[in-house]
Amino acid sequence: MLDVTFGIPLVVLSDVGQAISLLLIGGGLLWIFIRSLKAKEVDRRVVFLFIFFAVAAPILFPITFQEKATPIVKKLFDKVESLPAGSKVLIAFDFDPAMAPEVQPMANAFTRHCLVKGYKVIFMSLWATGQALLTQTLERVVKGEFPEKQEGVDYINLGYKAGNEGVLNVIVTNFRMMFPTDVNGVPLDSTAVFDGIKSCGDLDLIISVGGGKPGIKEWVLFVGDRVNVPMGAGVAAVVAPQLYPYYPKQLLGLLGGVKGAAEYESELVKHYSRFEHTDTPGLRMMGPQTLAHVVIMAFIVIGNISYFIGRRRERRR
Amino acid sequence: MKRQIPLIITFLIGTILIFSFFIPPMEKLEQTSTLFFDVIAVFAFFLGGGNLLRVHFNKLRRRKRDWGFSTVTLIGFFVTLAAGLFKIANPGGIAASPTTEGALLQEIFTYVLIPLQSTMYALLAFFVASASYRAFRAKNREATILLVAAFVILLGRTPFGMMLTGWMPDSLSVLQVPNLAIWVMNSPNLAGQRAIMIGIGLGVISMSLRLILGIERTYLGEEGA
Repeated sequence: MLDVTFGIPLVVLSDVGQAISLLLIGGGLLWIFIRSLKAKEVDRRVVFLFIFFAVAAPILFPITFQEKATPIVKKLFDKVESLPAGSKVLIAFDFDPAMAPEVQPMANAFTRHCLVKGYKVIFMSLWATGQALLTQTLERVVKGEFPEKQEGVDYINLGYKAGNEGVLNVIVTNFRMMFPTDVNGVPLDSTAVFDGIKSCGDLDLIISVGGGKPGIKEWVLFVGDRVNVPMGAGVAAVVAPQLYPYYPKQLLGLLGGVKGAAEYESELVKHYSRFEHTDTPGLRMMGPQTLAHVVIMAFIVIGNISYFIGRRRERRR
Repeated sequence: MKRQIPLIITFLIGTILIFSFFIPPMEKLEQTSTLFFDVIAVFAFFLGGGNLLRVHFNKLRRRKRDWGFSTVTLIGFFVTLAAGLFKIANPGGIAASPTTEGALLQEIFTYVLIPLQSTMYALLAFFVASASYRAFRAKNREATILLVAAFVILLGRTPFGMMLTGWMPDSLSVLQVPNLAIWVMNSPNLAGQRAIMIGIGLGVISMSLRLILGIERTYLGEEGA
């Protein structure tokens, strides 16, 4: 990996880049703040420009923060951590490429955690687009980082099945009725992973990653509640508030958005030194997200200042 | 008769599925019915594909406005369909999964669909920022509550929240921004979400009963009774 660009060490370049970016953004916000004192509104194109810089700068010159897992993430991490070796865990990839940047880091972190603990992992998807994203995880994480793991013995890919809740309604009592074979046409009966598994009730943990329908809610209603299997989930940030009613009884833990992914990744790195140099997109994305949040908050403050000053002026007239 | 048959089917299937949920010996019946649903769902794919082709071929033939986009849609449809159906460039051959790494279908997905959908989703950041700037104004009491909640959540979802308020002693840790954000999610949000969910649940039950009993007939193209 290159650590020098045009003779300048990357670390220095990154620090200088960060400083210039923060100065630009901070200076710009200050200028807008001064304008707001004259009750001037900000054009939305200016807001767009600031968001662009706030997101682009930490991508070009990475800014990383230390993350500490919140209880809702820690509980799920601890559950995965505490299962006995050989436990059977199902990970559902119920998302599409739009949500993938936010939730695929979670799916990858769950996969890493389960494989490093020696669990038998069953992958499947209720979304047609989920199967291709699942293939990426299998290629990059499972085969790339755990070459010793064997398909059919340590993990299995059931792929996508049409039918939404209907699929869950069947596998809750009988897997083989809905999935007679895995995605490659290998009968489930001939795989070691499915030894002793008839239905979802025989699993030790189900983790659903997604953010739409069918997704976590359907897994809870049709599977988790019916056969009393422990469940955890990872979701896009916009969906997380809707799933809080299921925590902590029906969902042991919940990862919400990039922050949830970053917290889980930080726990994983803290517990397993082998992941210290593994890509952690959740932690990386916290830089752009943090700066974007700060810019949005600054604009909310500026908007309110100009609103109150404008209102006071109108009253005086 | 045209009306009665769908009503009878709806009544029978609805009743059987309700009973099979509560009576274990009828479990098999429930599974079979669900498989029927899957078969119908597969036909819906054909119907959807057929409809897409009809709409865009018509647009193309009549040179309607933006017919160029229809051409792109049709080319995309046929290329993707062929790539998946004939497993073009699939390293595992015709018997392998269509999404095997290296297969044309997977390449189209990785290098076309993923960047396009991610870009569309990412644009939300710009609109959210602009909307927040315009909407979160403390114009009245309700708007102020919303503004404060949004501020706490925005700050609580970043490390800045802890940096700003992490100095507080343990006895006041509840006032730390990340903990306030958790409280907002766990209390007011939870209460609201539960109320909505219970409301939706009751609505679904009543609508299902109306469908099973044949009171609701809008799905047949009729006005509801």
